[in-house]
Amino acid sequence: MNLLVLLKQVPGTSNVKMDEKTGTMVRTDHENVINPLDENALAAALELKRSIDGSKVTVLSMGPPPASRALREAIAMGADEAHLLCHRGFAGSDTLATARALALAIEHVAGRRLGPNDLVLCGERATDGETGQVGPMISAMLDIAVATYVRGIEVKQDHVVVERVVEEGFERVRMPLPALVTVVKDINQPGFPTLPGKLAAKAAPVPLLTPDDLGLTRDTAGLTGSPTRVVQVFRPKFARDTVLRRQDSGGAAVGSLVDLLIEKEVI
Amino acid sequence: MEYSGVLVVGEQRGGSVHSVTYELLARGRTLADKLGVSLACVVIGHRLEAFGREIVERGADVVYLVDDSSLEWFIPRRHSAELAALIGQIRPEIVLAAATTAGRTLMPHVAARLGAGLTADCTGLDIDDEERLLLQTRPAIGGNVMATIKTPSARPQMATVRPKSARPLPRDPGRHGEIVVRAAACDDAQSAGERLLEFVRDTSQDVSVQDAEIVVAGGKGLKSRDNFKLVEELAGLLGAAVGATRDVVDLGWVGYPHQIGLSGKTVSPRLYVAIGLSGTIQHLAGMQTSETVVAINKDKDAQIFRVADYGIVGDLFDVVPELIEKIKTAKNARLAGAR
Repeated sequence: MNLLVLLKQVPGTSNVKMDEKTGTMVRTDHENVINPLDENALAAALELKRSIDGSKVTVLSMGPPPASRALREAIAMGADEAHLLCHRGFAGSDTLATARALALAIEHVAGRRLGPNDLVLCGERATDGETGQVGPMISAMLDIAVATYVRGIEVKQDHVVVERVVEEGFERVRMPLPALVTVVKDINQPGFPTLPGKLAAKAAPVPLLTPDDLGLTRDTAGLTGSPTRVVQVFRPKFARDTVLRRQDSGGAAVGSLVDLLIEKEVI
Repeated sequence: MEYSGVLVVGEQRGGSVHSVTYELLARGRTLADKLGVSLACVVIGHRLEAFGREIVERGADVVYLVDDSSLEWFIPRRHSAELAALIGQIRPEIVLAAATTAGRTLMPHVAARLGAGLTADCTGLDIDDEERLLLQTRPAIGGNVMATIKTPSARPQMATVRPKSARPLPRDPGRHGEIVVRAAACDDAQSAGERLLEFVRDTSQDVSVQDAEIVVAGGKGLKSRDNFKLVEELAGLLGAAVGATRDVVDLGWVGYPHQIGLSGKTVSPRLYVAIGLSGTIQHLAGMQTSETVVAINKDKDAQIFRVADYGIVGDLFDVVPELIEKIKTAKNARLAGAR
């Protein structure tokens, strides 16, 4: 089975810088990690690889040169092959432009349209953008089946049965292959790099893909290929007339709170 | 044909219209009125006939009920084909859906088909008066800041909206609107192999914090799972649902369904009591539309006080037990008075 995993490198801390002019994130090399849910997707792919003979796990990412570290980490954990979409022309991509590039890259790397032996996996969302849009967008562009919020995958002869977590319970859904799944945290516990994996990661090539390689132009890649624009970034202002009291030994602050609760008819 | 009008994508669940549909209609109504255009609503599913009237009474000018047995359950490709077909026909300038598991799957699928711009999880929507563009505001970059996003030229302008971030309009029985019932427009041959095998209702994990009138939420300031019981005790006393910050959920003190904020749930209760939580923008994004907010925190500069109506600066381990005692006393006095 051909397992393609999409990884995003995200800031390990919440201290992210922003480009004031474009309102997009400035990615630096500091403390970046693999997006946690993408690690779950990778772990799910590796588990399928172990249970299905002749399987191969390919990881793909889009990002600046340091993102190759995330891909090497994936190889250390057991992935077979990695590719990085890396070029100035991709900078400033919104979710649609990102999905377009990754969808093309998936077929580019596979060397063909996806078929009944192919499954694409990624995290349900990334911790930085938190949109969860790229997965379903890619499935639409590749015109393959999709299931989101997946916490279990069973591979059958020519289809998969997945378990999806929804608001009021869960669904078991049958989908033909090829398909794309976006996974949630409950699906597994990601493993750790192995020693042979670490050695393989050091030696592995991480070929770079450019917009040119994928047939993308200025109109279809990066900021100029993105339909949305960030027009303003701000710290929200809140408008409430706050009554702030210090806790006091007489209990007046708490007493007034109880009066408020009575006035609001909650007690 | 120019793109014109606002389209809201409704949701049905278990044989009735989900209330998030009415929240979207309230949002959609405001935008449509600002633009001076009409507001349409579409529901895609099965056995929908009965739904049209209330959707009109809640603000829609036109209701499209795309009704087919093959659409009873949410199959992304199938529902996306129907929504894309309707958008192609009526050409709305704006399309809104709920940021639910279905909406967050359907909308990106449709946006990719149409090459449209899509913004996820909006908490604020407005119209730019000069350009007549949709201004979509959402928490960004880990919830540290808010970003306003627009789509200058691609159409339609699409957004998913956080459930419970707006209040539905009251029903207006006098409203007039058109109700169009139609069959599936698209051949489902391609998605024929996709089907729902089973739906298992499991609400044991669900604390319906979104439907609660009162929410008592705790943060890291509680210091331990054991201390978090203070939050649970106060919630029990007020008949409230228990909420928590992302930190608290990550620490495993309570389950994910309790998480309030950008990566959890958005709530809009009558009363929100915040205990030992500083109020990250990510958390505030999930509760700032609450009617009354009470905060207890030892740091007078904590952000949570900026959205609070009433705040107590002090050690929660003194304040909360005192509050619990005083509420008990007040309740007892009321009971005694009733006798």
